[in-house]
Amino acid sequence: MATTFTLIKTYTLATATASFDFTSIPSTFTDLCLKLSTRSDYTQIYDPIGLQINGDTTSTYYTRRLYGNGATATSDAPSNPSTVAAIGLSVGASSTASTFGNLEVYFPNAFGSTQKSFSCDAASENNATTAYATFTANLWTGTAAISSLKILSANGTANFVTYSSASLYGILKA
Amino acid sequence: MAGATYTPIASTTIGTAITTVSFSSISGTFTDLVLVYSTKSQGGYDYQNSSITFNGDTGTNYSYTQLYGDGSSAASNRQSSQNNILVGVDIGTTQAGKFSVNILNIMNYSNTTTYKTLMTRKNATPSLVSTAVGLWRSTAAITSMTISRDDSNGFSVGSTFALYGIAAA
Repeated sequence: MATTFTLIKTYTLATATASFDFTSIPSTFTDLCLKLSTRSDYTQIYDPIGLQINGDTTSTYYTRRLYGNGATATSDAPSNPSTVAAIGLSVGASSTASTFGNLEVYFPNAFGSTQKSFSCDAASENNATTAYATFTANLWTGTAAISSLKILSANGTANFVTYSSASLYGILKA
Repeated sequence: MAGATYTPIASTTIGTAITTVSFSSISGTFTDLVLVYSTKSQGGYDYQNSSITFNGDTGTNYSYTQLYGDGSSAASNRQSSQNNILVGVDIGTTQAGKFSVNILNIMNYSNTTTYKTLMTRKNATPSLVSTAVGLWRSTAAITSMTISRDDSNGFSVGSTFALYGIAAA
């Protein structure tokens, strides 16, 4: 029986770090799935997580976001376009201690020659007054195969703290 | 490396525009199914819906609840006793070069005791982000599924569909 969802690389931070960088991603798969467990030192209860593909820092990323905070549901467009894709709200330094946010990104046809659409789900539950569940629809208008990914705090100054982790999986369809 | 799960069952890449895609003879050896499809419609709009039916059932045995946003406002709706479930969106020709992303999780699909439920994530950047849950009121094991465009415009060339099986421990 075929096996897919193959682990390409995983990082678990031993020290605070500004970004996770996946490079030389093999093109032997059809899809990619990125799973994050993160907390940052950004002094808010949340931290907006960003993603860049193939080192592209130009305004080529579009996002439509749908999120709830425990009281209201909202939709906005944090990347329209932007130099970074807004992929979800994770946990910041003002959240309950020891809580980490979850975030999953799915890239179908990651190595094709069309613009890259990807789907992101995130949660930052922390047993407090406010937490965020976010769903985002993302687009990178680049048409190159994905060969590298950078995940960073989209506010530009924060670090991911110790024990934050990121894992990248390759998926091969039938 | 993980064991044999998330197993590829079948996939299709559209070579000639068509309005339906079917997977048949789905084995009952898994516990859950995942369907990933990335599509473009031949219609001249930003996006439109696509739907799913199971085992050829086109009766009014489906219901769903959606939550969606367009980048400026969020809303929710639901429909009961439908002929299908609106599980996906397909980006139209107005958005050149862009394809949608739709990811369905179909739980406990092969049991013959309970009705079947699914969750879906629908993405049509830069127009729509949505999530939905659906119900098929049948106790039959799912052995086939058909994904259909919700209008007469076909899935465009290059649209992809992939079905995976998930096995519980």
